[in-house]
Amino acid sequence: MQKKTAYSFPDEILEHVFSFIQSDKDRNAASVVCKSWYEIERWCRRKVFVGNCYAVSPTMVIRRFPDIRSIELKGKPHFADFNLVPDGWGGYVLPWISKMAGAYPWLEEIRLKRMVVTDESLELVAKSFTNLQVLVLFSCEGFSTDGLAAIAAGCKNLRELDLRDSEVDDLSGHWLNHFPDTYTSLVSLNISCLGSDDVSFSALERLVGRCPNLRRLLLNREVPLDKIANLLSRAPQLIEFGTGTYAAELRSDVYSNLVEAFCNCKELKSLSGFWDAVPAYLPVIYSVCSRLTSLNLSYAPIQNPDLTKLVSQCPSLQRMLVLDYIEDSGLEVLASSCKDLQELRVFPSDPFGEEPNVSLTEKGLVAVSSGCPKLQSVLYFCRQMSNAALVTIAQNCPNFTRFRLCLLDPKIADYRTLQPLDVGFGAIVEHCKDLRRLSLSGLLTDCVFEYIGMHAKKLEMLSVAFAGESDLALHHVLSGCESLRKLEIMNCPFGDKALLANAAKLETMRSLWMSSCSVSLGACKMLGQKMPRLNIEVMDEKGPPDSRAESDPVDKLYIYRSVAGPRFDMPPFVWTMDEDFASELS
Amino acid sequence: MENDLNLKATELRLGLPGSDEPERQMTPRPNKRTLSDIVSEGSRSTTEEDHQDNAPPAKVQIVGWPPVRSYRKNCLQGKKDEVEGGTGMYVKVSVDGAPYLRKIDLKVYRSYPQLLLALENMFKLTIGAYSEREGYNGSNYAPTYEDRDGDWMLVGDVPWEMFISSCKRLRIMKGSEARGLGCV
Repeated sequence: MQKKTAYSFPDEILEHVFSFIQSDKDRNAASVVCKSWYEIERWCRRKVFVGNCYAVSPTMVIRRFPDIRSIELKGKPHFADFNLVPDGWGGYVLPWISKMAGAYPWLEEIRLKRMVVTDESLELVAKSFTNLQVLVLFSCEGFSTDGLAAIAAGCKNLRELDLRDSEVDDLSGHWLNHFPDTYTSLVSLNISCLGSDDVSFSALERLVGRCPNLRRLLLNREVPLDKIANLLSRAPQLIEFGTGTYAAELRSDVYSNLVEAFCNCKELKSLSGFWDAVPAYLPVIYSVCSRLTSLNLSYAPIQNPDLTKLVSQCPSLQRMLVLDYIEDSGLEVLASSCKDLQELRVFPSDPFGEEPNVSLTEKGLVAVSSGCPKLQSVLYFCRQMSNAALVTIAQNCPNFTRFRLCLLDPKIADYRTLQPLDVGFGAIVEHCKDLRRLSLSGLLTDCVFEYIGMHAKKLEMLSVAFAGESDLALHHVLSGCESLRKLEIMNCPFGDKALLANAAKLETMRSLWMSSCSVSLGACKMLGQKMPRLNIEVMDEKGPPDSRAESDPVDKLYIYRSVAGPRFDMPPFVWTMDEDFASELS
Repeated sequence: MENDLNLKATELRLGLPGSDEPERQMTPRPNKRTLSDIVSEGSRSTTEEDHQDNAPPAKVQIVGWPPVRSYRKNCLQGKKDEVEGGTGMYVKVSVDGAPYLRKIDLKVYRSYPQLLLALENMFKLTIGAYSEREGYNGSNYAPTYEDRDGDWMLVGDVPWEMFISSCKRLRIMKGSEARGLGCV
């Protein structure tokens, strides 16, 4: 007689229960309870997130999860955003698309970040996934408007097309015409990255006019200001809107049309774009300001008093992106007007200038930290900082989840005491117990890393540049930060010791990037031999590593855990330190 | 950067365009290293370069610093320096025979000699000197660029400011194709 345990449910019930479990972490936990749960769970998982496209192969994903509807893939390391990863490094999506084409005909959502996406890939997507609803290409490259035309023509159920920050080769603006006249389901369109010949405006107008569910529309810079009013009048239901260029000669008809158009967008909550903005046209959005929860002026060269005046009219702001033209005075106004502010990003208007061009200092950030109790996420570029200010900020905002401070001059000290900024950043990690992401800058010794290792227990991502004095610093981080997933380091005097001593830690992380540090080739080879589940990739554009001594430092090092083994699509300047490599050369 | 080349552009003279003020070819600070120096040497702190590293920070531009995305840099600087369309910032550089491309930020350089030196260092080759009549005659390499009209031009023919506002990508030609350019 078959034994029945008291705790076995029919599969259908378990599947139903699992359908309420959406987070990957929880799903993963459920899948290791027992073999039958593993089986049931894998058949009903619908969403997969692959944080590093080389950590697993498409075949493995398909084998385990046979019925996926939504996939998210990330390719290049984060420092690729700052030109530290040479072209040709990798991150190709085609192998994934090819395998998924056969396995997931019902795929609905594809989200890619920092991947190389060719027109061929896009054509394959359009052909293979007739039910595709969402395509997000975030910081991708390698495709042209031809690929977009294929998507427009082939994906009849597309709701969301988002090309944010991608690099698109412009060939023709007529790709928009490839959306058939019968296509009306667009909900979200972000083409803000496209260049001058990439968008046919009349096609865009027609598209916007026939999609009644369009809620999010982010235009590219080339759309002139005098065309916006007409466009908005066809889509008064928009919630999020990004203008094109916001500069034009002041004309009363254009002005009043814009005022009316914005006024009629009763649900508009988020604005962006504003390239080349001139103050004359700012007041046309005043009717919307009181409702705005998100405002991105980070491409707008407007200065005070116009900038501050605008900000003071937006009391509901939760998210604010702006250039340092806002200055300390403008941030003080922000602090007193926007009590719901959760996220602030201040970008440099002149990042390479040798002298400050604006009066933006630590005082602005202190003011916002003091006036905005809900502040959680900060990205702040400035030219001076003090430990005292950082301590104050930390005490004001114990709820920080993301804190990224970039002092433009590397290794700059506390301007008041000329001390390193260890104590200041130490206060941040000590007070902000929920801190998940931290970027350091300024003059920093090993001490700050000791504080980080001691306090930053929830820290998942750490970015370091020009900091520390010895391997001890790296050791503090690797041994102390229990939740660390991503560590990226440039131009620090970190070498072999900390890395080798904490080799096992690297398997608990997604990836480690180190460039212009002092890790030797020998250490990389040793790691490659010791740790078969890590891919140790050495990047060196001067030539193959075997032409150099074991003690020579490597130029760039990228280490990531993988169950797929070393990759085979590496360009000539990347070498994997695996067991084969090490034994070949010894 | 003042643009005083409008009159001088039509003057007949020997020498590289953009080099009418020879002292401007030199970097402003004696211990300033070019971008390519920084990239190739890394920041090892135990070499003879130490005494330079310990000096008050020379304002060199280091790859990856500050961490601002190229897209953002292009957008702002394009407007600020009144360069139309901002096409003269980060451009791809290919070298015939090399397996992969590089990218350089044209805004980092102030003149043709600086740019050519950087290219020579980056790719470990010799391009040599430009002359109006003979191009880069005598060199195995000729630097060319694609302008906004899609035409391939020899680097050095037009005034510097015009070059950086119209250059979309660079290609360093090699061999007989390159040598032939000098005699066109």
